[in-house]
Amino acid sequence: MSVVLVTGATRFLGSELAGRLAGEPGVDQVIAVDAANPDPATVSRLGDARFVRADIRNPLIAKVIETSGADTVVHASASAPAGSASARVLAKEMNVLGTMQLLAACQVAPTVKNLVVRSTAAVYGGSPRDPAVFTEETEPHALPSSGPARDAADIEGYLRGFSRRRPDVRVAVARFAEIIGPSVRTPLTRYFSLTPTVPMLFGRDARVQFVHEQDAVEVMYRLTVGDWAGVVNVAGAGTMTVAQAIRRAGRVPVPLPGPVIGTVGRALRAVSIGELRLGGFSPEQVQLLANGRSLDTSRLRDELGIQLRYSTEEAFADFAATLPPVPGTDRVRAAEHWLLNAVGAGGTERSGQQ
Amino acid sequence: MNSRPSTTRPGGSSGAGSSGAGSSGVGSSGAGSSGAGSSGVGGSKAGNSGAEAKRRRATKRPARSPDLPEASDAAADGATQRVDDTGAADGATQGAGNVSAAAVAADGTAGGMEGAAPAELTGWQRNAAKALEFLRRRLTGDYQIDEFGYDPDFTDQLLMPALRVLYERWFRVEVLGGSRLPSTGGALLVANHSGTIPLDAAMLMVATRDHHPAHRPLRVLAANLMFDTPVLGPLGRRAGATLASNPDAERLLESSELVAVFPEGFKGIGKPFRQRYRLQRFGRGGFVSAALRIGVPIIPCSIVGAEETYPKIAEIPQLARILGLPYFPVTPTFPLLGPLGAIPLPAKWIIEFGEPIDTSGYPPDAADDPMVVFNLTDRVRETIQQSLYDLLLRRGHPFFG
Repeated sequence: MSVVLVTGATRFLGSELAGRLAGEPGVDQVIAVDAANPDPATVSRLGDARFVRADIRNPLIAKVIETSGADTVVHASASAPAGSASARVLAKEMNVLGTMQLLAACQVAPTVKNLVVRSTAAVYGGSPRDPAVFTEETEPHALPSSGPARDAADIEGYLRGFSRRRPDVRVAVARFAEIIGPSVRTPLTRYFSLTPTVPMLFGRDARVQFVHEQDAVEVMYRLTVGDWAGVVNVAGAGTMTVAQAIRRAGRVPVPLPGPVIGTVGRALRAVSIGELRLGGFSPEQVQLLANGRSLDTSRLRDELGIQLRYSTEEAFADFAATLPPVPGTDRVRAAEHWLLNAVGAGGTERSGQQ
Repeated sequence: MNSRPSTTRPGGSSGAGSSGAGSSGVGSSGAGSSGAGSSGVGGSKAGNSGAEAKRRRATKRPARSPDLPEASDAAADGATQRVDDTGAADGATQGAGNVSAAAVAADGTAGGMEGAAPAELTGWQRNAAKALEFLRRRLTGDYQIDEFGYDPDFTDQLLMPALRVLYERWFRVEVLGGSRLPSTGGALLVANHSGTIPLDAAMLMVATRDHHPAHRPLRVLAANLMFDTPVLGPLGRRAGATLASNPDAERLLESSELVAVFPEGFKGIGKPFRQRYRLQRFGRGGFVSAALRIGVPIIPCSIVGAEETYPKIAEIPQLARILGLPYFPVTPTFPLLGPLGAIPLPAKWIIEFGEPIDTSGYPPDAADDPMVVFNLTDRVRETIQQSLYDLLLRRGHPFFG
């Protein structure tokens, strides 16, 4: 392997991966592309990788691949969640149209031999008619007609088409559960950052799984330098529910009926005083959280031999530690002690937790 | 109306099985509830043994004067180092008044062990402490669920005690053949389904927990309507239910769970009262192929009593269509009495676990052989139907039997 091209270089996953690949002895050159210029933190993550400002929606990307003679293309920005909640339309364009352009460029570039794509577990949908745990072979029963899940499914459709036309190219696809951590910023991290209450759909409490950002980089790295081809699920061990995660973040879930929650989300997004944004979330994001899913990760473990460092709970805890503190947990504990003393059972403070 | 053909079996046979398994509901369920008491922390198995050890320690602990400080008492007790740490930290807590921080520190060292419980606490104080602890766990999200959404803490602490009231006092459920359930390993319970509202699944959950030495949690396979419904969907998942589909069933059986399936589905619970205790069709036998594929025993299970809880004497198809339900029932009390109609009639219930049917002797590809699957499905169905007739004779009067 000599030349690797990484998309999404201004995002955490792309930049971290590019920087790591640049330090790999078997890699001669890493070209990190994105449509925007990276900020200083990203530049330091990129390390020795060469940043090229190029928009993958533009046919110019074919030129970049051709002149660099890249043999490996890592599409780390495919199915990346929208950088800001209002950038949904842009995200769709970047994800779907960008992927189409990139694949078209790869198809005509004879040097390309490996294609690694970041996908998302959203391709499984997660309707009540689906089994609780998805393997890579599970066919979803119902996919939303629009939104990130639809985009992800479309992208994987193009990928299948690409593999048919270029059977000589190794295609590895990682379907990630929600990537979370101290550095990444996604609609989901913003959702859990809402303070002190987090609205959620009334009567629903979806199961969620998280992947730590470092684990996500590790998996993409291993897929890039390895020779494995296929689709693999990536999720931290264990499962949580949305309400549970909100509680663990020290926040209070507020169940709201579906129509109301959309209004609240839009209102929160609209309110921004200078740099101070109250946060916000897209109604689609909340809808996605209505029906949960778990991933079967035995292929990642057994076939690829990758052990993730963070479980779902640990990944979330690592993210939650960076949130502005809400003294909820302490207050609950103090209230418990007070009540225990009140009933005369004060000596029994104990640990029920692990 | 031949729902009770007394001719099928002589009355004597039903009396034979009645000896050991009488309605010991109260006694053994007490053990069940306390055993499950603080088991919500880890996986249910580890949690159970932890709770066991805890109880032993608590009973051994001598009574002591109330003014004795925590730390010295814990040390004098000769408990493990970890318990000492907890006690010491608790003592410091009371001295310093910095309640929450010290308690967190104590948690770190205690690692799931229960701290020193003073012996002079009365029952209600202990219960209050337990309830508060539970409340705190729920408010801080400090519990675990599995990939299906099963939440042992919630189920054991909140759901089961509530269902137990219904189980012991209202339906006076009698369990026969509880010893036929395996103590370990996967097994597929196949039961008849009845009663307009699937209370039989809930009662079966209590039965396997309370009437088996291993207190096995039951994983119920449910229709997608349940997971479509707000509130009910998450509640079902917390209680351990999942979608009645082959992937889910096989995954649960493979991880050695006790799985229950009601192959009649809505045809079973929604059938009119005049057809009570007549089994409906058993679907396509998907449950049999799941058991064959994993090689776990099938345990036929007959439930008598659920039919009389909400006797469905008529239905309103127009309302069912509007609400998107499989049926809209009319019972003697619903919708006549409004919300009061939701109270089930106090029928007398009997749950019988039949002789397990071994599936390990079949060839590996038997699960894909329709003849084997259909034959086995029929056999299970016949067994349950016969046992239902026997149980009806045994019960006598539906409400006072």
